[in-house]
Formats: sequence, structure tokens, C-alpha cells
Amino acid sequence: MSNQNRTFSGGVIDRNKTINFIFNGKKYKGFQGDTLASALLANDVHLVGRSFKYHRPRGILTAGSEEPNALIQLGIGARTEPNIRATEIELYEGLEAESQNCWPSVDFDIGEANNLLSRLFPAGFYYKTFKWPPSFWLFYEHFIRKAAGLGESPKAKNPDRYEQRFHYCDVMIVGGGVSGLTAALAAARAKCDVLLVDENPYFGGYLSDSSASINGKNISDWIRIVLDELKSYENVKLLKRTSAMGYYDYNYVTALEKVTNHHHELSKTLPRERYWRIRASKIILAQGAFERPLVFADNDRPGIMMASAGKKYLCRYGVLPGKSVVLFTNNDHAYLSAFEFANKGAKVTIVDSRNETSETVMHKCAELKIEIHLSHSIISTFGQKKVNAIEIQKTEDQGNKLIGSSKKIDVDLLLMSGGWNPAVQLFSQSRGKLKYDHNINSFVPDKIIQDQKIIGCNNGNFDLSSNLKNGFQSGLEVARELGKEIDIENPNFMGDETIPFVSVKVEPYMIGKKGITKGSKHFVDFQNDVTAADIFLAQREGYISVEHTKRYTTTGMGTDQGKTSNVNALALMSHIHKKPVDEIGHTTFRPPFSPQTIGAIAGRSIDNLFDPVRKTSMHKWHEENGAIFEDVGQWKRPYYYPKKGEDIHKAVHRECKSVRKSLGILDASTLGKIDLQGPDTFKFLNMLYTNAWSKLEVGSCRYGLMCNEHGMIFDDGVTSRLGENHYHMTTTTGGAARVMSWLEEFLQTEWLDMKVFCTSVTEQWAVLSISGPNARNFLADLTDIDLSKESFPFMKFREGKVCGVDARVFRISFTGELAFEINVPARYGDYVWNEFMNHGKKYNITPYGTEAMHVLRAEKGFIIVGQDTDGSVTPYDLNMDWIVSKKKEDFLGKRSFSRADTSRNDRKKLVGLLVNDKTTVLPEGSHVVEKAKSQPPMKMLGHVSSSYYSPTNDHPIALAMIKDGTSRMGDEVEIPLMNGKIIKATVTDPIFYDKEGLRNNE
Amino acid sequence: MFVIKCPYCGERDQTEFVCHGEAHIARPETPAEISDEDWGNYLFFRSNPKGIHYERWTHDHGCRRWFNVMRDTVSDKIIKTYKMGEPKPEIENE
Repeated sequence: MSNQNRTFSGGVIDRNKTINFIFNGKKYKGFQGDTLASALLANDVHLVGRSFKYHRPRGILTAGSEEPNALIQLGIGARTEPNIRATEIELYEGLEAESQNCWPSVDFDIGEANNLLSRLFPAGFYYKTFKWPPSFWLFYEHFIRKAAGLGESPKAKNPDRYEQRFHYCDVMIVGGGVSGLTAALAAARAKCDVLLVDENPYFGGYLSDSSASINGKNISDWIRIVLDELKSYENVKLLKRTSAMGYYDYNYVTALEKVTNHHHELSKTLPRERYWRIRASKIILAQGAFERPLVFADNDRPGIMMASAGKKYLCRYGVLPGKSVVLFTNNDHAYLSAFEFANKGAKVTIVDSRNETSETVMHKCAELKIEIHLSHSIISTFGQKKVNAIEIQKTEDQGNKLIGSSKKIDVDLLLMSGGWNPAVQLFSQSRGKLKYDHNINSFVPDKIIQDQKIIGCNNGNFDLSSNLKNGFQSGLEVARELGKEIDIENPNFMGDETIPFVSVKVEPYMIGKKGITKGSKHFVDFQNDVTAADIFLAQREGYISVEHTKRYTTTGMGTDQGKTSNVNALALMSHIHKKPVDEIGHTTFRPPFSPQTIGAIAGRSIDNLFDPVRKTSMHKWHEENGAIFEDVGQWKRPYYYPKKGEDIHKAVHRECKSVRKSLGILDASTLGKIDLQGPDTFKFLNMLYTNAWSKLEVGSCRYGLMCNEHGMIFDDGVTSRLGENHYHMTTTTGGAARVMSWLEEFLQTEWLDMKVFCTSVTEQWAVLSISGPNARNFLADLTDIDLSKESFPFMKFREGKVCGVDARVFRISFTGELAFEINVPARYGDYVWNEFMNHGKKYNITPYGTEAMHVLRAEKGFIIVGQDTDGSVTPYDLNMDWIVSKKKEDFLGKRSFSRADTSRNDRKKLVGLLVNDKTTVLPEGSHVVEKAKSQPPMKMLGHVSSSYYSPTNDHPIALAMIKDGTSRMGDEVEIPLMNGKIIKATVTDPIFYDKEGLRNNE
Repeated sequence: MFVIKCPYCGERDQTEFVCHGEAHIARPETPAEISDEDWGNYLFFRSNPKGIHYERWTHDHGCRRWFNVMRDTVSDKIIKTYKMGEPKPEIENE
């Protein structure tokens, strides 16, 4: 039988549109407008999941985003999503969903054994049990991890698209219930830019399917008229299916819009979800309230649900989830649900924990032949997979004592209501302060911190007419505060909700047959299986702060973050400590309000769009000629260019040999380049670099080290003087942005009187670095610059034409060979590179990548900042005393060189290492020791910072930072490797080739 | 996320800015003449007040200018932003 619990009429579902779906492998039918929860209840499916810890059968508790029980694995394959609330899943054709946390099935779950052993699993069980011996944790962890978590994350990559949008508006209203709607109406009429969001697929909120009326109109008609007016304004944006997730400083709110989640097919045009980043001048919170469960024995069986949820399933979805219904309540308002069920022909009994109720409801109950048991409590419930009976007993002393004898009542649905908690999550995130309202036994907003208003039930006021009035008023007020000229009257809508929520007189926890503390299952937090007894235990064991109780018992954790459980847990603590709840306090609310996908947070910033990719003008040539690329910062640089059959070693070997023998070419465009101009530039350079710059002539280049104020090297490069007040600075590829910021920092904050202007020109110039004994012969054919040794010596700069293109040519060398760096405007880079490759054939011009560059510079003992240095290295540590000016009174870092630690003699120094076996290439990062032991700890002398096989020397070479290295020349050291081998090496000078530096002067 | 009023560009989201710590820490004019302790104070020691804090920010994804911000670290309210070189604003008694 299908849809056996469906009423003949009523609700807002479209009974003409049948929808087929599969739950736990079984086919069902529902209607357009159903949620998965309502469709399951229509098909009399109550058991939908198993609880986290005890694997107890669980049903559907609520009808909204606060659902702690009915967490579902939705969808299959790459699009599967765990822990989705069945109460929020809109039914679509072909939907497939499964229960979680059960094996082999939700009906027969092996894990249920935990329930029988529950006396062994109290709060803090894991902390107490898996602590000893400490070394066993890894063993325990394996099993705990397996048992932990609820659903399963997808194994394949999610094919959906997620997008992000920024939105700025005058007024954002969170919650489209009647309070939010009236506020939106007022702000819209006052011509504010309004954004109204609601997490539901419809507006109107809790009352939208109730029998309440406004100005004599049926509430659904009133909502439709208001929405029509709102939609007619261009200054109003309405977003359904949109949950405000986080409320941050300065009225910044993030919201998640479910755009096509309720579609079966992937949309070609629309994203699955849209993540909104909203900045609103004014925010009005109108999120309403959550109904609070009652804490009584075995209150978690399927078939036990919130009174308001029962009413919603009946009135919105036309589902009668039970025919023999008991309502257990401590307030009048919940009687409304009982009346709706009685009206639809259900047999209804009311168990009320109070000793009296209002005339109105007594009268109505008599009319509908509803039996009421005042001063009664439910002391236990029955039914394995669905509740089938309850046991009630009379109480006295405010429900704290049972008297007389108990009575059993058969039921198939148990509704409960412990009152209402304002949904203060967002308010609290916005730093708003809460206070405890003893009238409704809940926390309500007290002090507002941000530019914000909070209205309606969200503000702890449950009177419809005053909420309508205040809602409109708040809309007018924000408009006025925004400076809108308004002359709009408050229509003072009159609402009629037959039985308003006024107060609860009795605390929402009830004693049971076995009392409340002795291992009985009075559930406080359904999702985390936390019972009242657990809360008592935590207090006995000293976890008496709310934050400790939360973490020790896990109450208020999980995907629902205690939306239904927090206040009850606090009320219990108050009861135990005999202190008002105000003094117990509450835990901190943090974003997100509801679980949200990481995909939405990432948006389009994934794959290739995760980080920008920078390519040089010659990139295409490198690609076409088989370059293997390496990421250097955001740049793609050729790593090496393998020829057929070559691996990295063979290719690098060949590239190095060609440079030393004839001619190599490197794409050096990625080096940072900064153009410096202004009369104070040399003064500025004198402060930035450790060496002196005053005497640098126009047309000359100089290498410099930059130190931070701690005296530690942070970048290096060559700077050339192009004109009287014009300099060209180069930096490391990765350090370009950092150096630029460093220059700006000092110019803008320290030396405001210096006349210097810095411009980043990294991307304006393509740089072709040619290197090798034939560099001059080769370039001479292609340029009008006189390249002779006399007129263009080493460390000079010349301008002229290269291949017909205006070029800046620098005679500098990072390989130790005769070399020229040719800078041409970036747009000619590819052209000049191709010309070079064509003309260079007779010299066997060989493109080389960063790896060969590293080898060649290491042979010369040239350092790479960030590889051989690590932020703790001074120029002296690199034996570069020659580059530190003794004459300059001041430069950045100078003062720190005389600190006791930087000036001591036994600091780590840069040295060379030659392995004694002449074959082992030491792994970079290896530790160097005097004498290796069989196992750590060993006293470390330093580490290997660079290590390669040197094709020029035909043996391995390494650079290392070694304690007191300069006085260890010729000493033998040992390098223990990860594989247990110990390599012996000799400390040498770090220059392995052309020590006199003759070749680059050729 | 703050809204920060760049003295050159106006109000923008915090994502456009970078904070560089405490402001009004002048580099000693003659570092060579000061003691290690004074140099250490300049390099490492910063105040960490509960209340008004003066700090340096740059409008990195904007005009790239440096400026100072006067912020209450308790409420995160930005009381004033002002250009480099301008004097430190006084704390007004409420």
C-alpha cells in the first residue's frame, strides 16, 4: 500500500505530480512538494536511522533544519552526500537515499549490541578506557575511527559546480516568516535595497501552514499578497532555500543558497549551490524559534516527534503520521497540534505536566473529546522499532515526585513539546549577549552589539499581533537610520493565533520509573546519545563548567550543534547545581549555522583556478620542445629539456656540459625586476644592501645581499645603474613580491622624505641568458653593441639592438662562464628566442633548465637564497664578509651583526663537501655529524643544503652549513642516511670550479 | 570581516588589506649607538593591549599605500584611519 498515511485533502503538496524515489533500496512514491521525511511518513516509514553511540532505532523528530535524528546518505557515486537531514531534502524524481550508521540494515543492526551494553558506555567512556597504556592509542584509534562518524564521504571527485557571489545591500533580513516579511515590506516601501533570505523552499515560516489569520484573512492568503507586493519592487531580492551560515564583524554574513540540489540531473547552466558573501548596512534577524523536546524515559523511539513537526506533516504535507496520538506537553500552545490531529479523526490523549491549563483549551478539548491527564508524566515508552505504548503516572511537587499507580496507553504517535527556544545562533555569533527568560525557560537576546535588529519569536516574543507591528516598525526604523525620507504608516496588522505560546511552568525534564540518574534513557541530545544521566555524571566527576560538560558528554556537538538539546542540558545543570540557568551560562555559538559543503566555500577556486599560473613569453617554445616544467612560485619554469631516451640525469649532464664547452641559453624572465627612479635612489640602495652603492657608475652592475633587521639574508640579486637617477634591480623569482613590499614599506613608513619611485617591471621584460665560451661570438652576429672585452667588460650594462629589437644587455653570470643577459620587451621574447635558436646552431646552442642552472651555480659555490639560506644565515655565515661594507654607518640589518649570537665564532658556515666514495649524491637536507652512532640522537654539526652530481668535475659535490665550518677544512665528517648507510665526506672550500673566476671575465 | 576606510580609496572589505602589526615604532636613528637591549626592544617587543591599538595596514589589493589604523581590540571597532606621518590620535574619554 502506498501513501497509506496520506490524508484525503489538505496540505500544499501537488497530488497530481507523483514522484518515485528509493529509500534503503525500496521503491516508494511521494508528491511534488514533499520532503523525504514527509514522503517516508506518508508511506508509514518511521525508522530511518540508528543513533550514533548505542545504535538505537531512530525516527523523524522534527520537520526542519534542527533535525538531530533523520540524517541520510543522499545520492550515489560521486554526488553522494552524508548526514543530510531528511526533513530538508526536497523530493525529486529518481531520488536515492540510505540510512546511515547501521549494518547490515537499519532494521537489523549489529551495532545495536552497544545499546544492551550501554551501562558500559557512559559519558567520558573513551577518555577513561582508551588512555592506558599510552602506546596502545594507535591500536585503539583504528577501531574508534571505524566506529566514528555517521555517513560516508564520496570516493570520487564531485562533478557539481559551486559558485560564489558578493552582495551589498541596505537591509538584509534573515528569516522569511511573518515577522521578516513585514520588516521587508516596510523597508521595501521605504525604498531600501532589501535582501530577504529563508532556508525553506517557501516563505511564511512556521505559520504558513497554520490556521492563524491576519486582519481576518487566512494566513496563506496574507502571505501571498505580501510576497506579490515584495516581488513587484526592483529594490527587493528574495532568496529561498538560502541559509545564513555565519555572522561576522561589520554586518558581514555568509549564506548558502541551494540552487539545484533538489534536481536529479546536473544542471548545465546553474550551479548546485551558491555561496553568498553579504555586507549589509543593517541586518534584521527574524529566524524564529525551535521547539524544545521533553526529557523523559525512552523519549527517542521512532514515532516520537515534536508537536509542531507533527502539525506540519499534517497541515503542510497532508500526512497523518499516527491515528492513536498522545501529546505530552508543558504548555498550552502545543494543544494546537492535538486539535489538528483530532480534527483529522485521530484519537488524541493529552498528558500535561502542569496542574492546570487555560479555560480555552479545556473547552476545546471537551468539544473534540480529547482526554487530558493533568499533573501527569510519561514514565516509560514501549516499542522496539516504533513506539506502541506509553506508561503515565501522576506527579506532585512540580513533577519531581511520582504518586499513585501508573497507567499504560496504546499509541502509534507521541507528540511532545517543552516550549520554544528562540534561534539565537546568528545573534550570538554577531557578539549579541543573551539573557535567560524564566517565563519561557530559554535564552533570549539581551544586548545587541552590531548594527542590527532582532524581531519576532527570534527575540523571545511569541505574540503574533505585536510581532507584526514590531516587524514593520523595525523595517521603518532601519530605513530612517539609513537616511531614507519616509512617510509611511504602520498598518498595524492584527494577527489571530488561537492559542499563543505564553509560558512554560514546569521544567522540561521528567522523572521516570527508575528516576532520572540511574542509567535510564532520558535523552537530552538525540544525535550524540547523551542522556540526563550523562549530564549528572559529568557534574559528579567535576566537569561543571558548561564548556566542560559539553566536551565531556558531547552534548550540543554534531551536525545539529544542539539546536534541540542545548537548553535542556543547561536546565538540567541548573537543577543539579540548584543555581539559576543565568549563572550556568551557555556555550559559544560558532558558524556555520547548519552543515555546509566545502565545495561551496571553495567555489570556482579549484583545479586550474586555484592559483594563478604565470608563463613567460617563451613558454610555447619550451612546451613544443619537450621541456619538463617546475613550479617556482606561481611561475612555470623549464626544469630540463630531455632528448629522446634521456632521463633527468642524462639531460642535465648534457645541458651542463654544453654550457661549459660552448653555449647554453636559459629563460630567466621570471627573475623579479624592479625599476627604481629618483634622486635619492643610491641613498636608498645603500640602506637596503649590505655593500656600498655610492660609487656605482652609470652602465655598471653590482651584486647585492639584502638582510632584514635581524641581520639575516632574505634576498639577493644584481642591480644596475641605467642613468643618473635610474636603477634596475633584480630579485629572486620567488622573492619579487616580498622585495617590492619591503622597499615600499621603508619608503612609505620610515623614510618618507626619500625621493624614490619603485615600479615592478618583472613582466615587462623577457630575459634570455646566454652562457658559455662562445657567448660573445654568437651574440656579436646579432647585435650592434660592441661586445669586445675592453668596451663591454664583466659587470657592465649596455643598450642597443639585438635581432633588431631594442634591448638592455647585462654582462653578468650565474654559471661562472662568459655570459650575457639580454632583456627585450616581453612581447618580443618569443621572437628573439627563436632567432637565437636558429642562429645558435653552429655553436650547438643548448637550452637548459633550472636544474642545470642549479648545478652550474653550485659548481661555482654561488648560493641560492631560500635553499642554502633559511632565514637564519648572515652574510658572514656564507664567508661573504667582502660584501658587508665596513664604512657605511647604517644599513638594514647592520646593527644585528654585533649581537652576541650573530657575532660568535662557531656559527654554522657555508662549506663544500666531497664524499669519499666519489659516487654518492647526498640527499639535500641530510644531517652532518662528526661521528655517526648506530641510532639517534647524534650531535648535529649542520646539514647539506645543495647536492648534485657535477658533470664538470665528474663527481658529486655538495654545499653544507656546518658548525664552525671554516676551521674544519680537510676534516672528515659523516652523514648518516635514512636507509642506515653512513657516508663519509671531507669538508672543502665551497667553490669547485674556476676558483679564480677567470672564465666570466673572458 | 572588517570594513576598513583606506585614507586614499575609502571604505573597502578587509580582504583587500594586510595588517603589519603595531604602528608608531620608529626605527632608531643611530642604531650603532644604542644598546643591545634597546635594539631588541625595537625588533621584538610589541604592546598587546586590551583596548585601543594603533596598527599599520596596507591596501595591498588597491592603492598599495601604507596607513595607520586605530582599533579597539575588544570590540574590533575601527575608530580612525590616518595617513603615515600624521600624529597618533588621542584616546577620547567616553
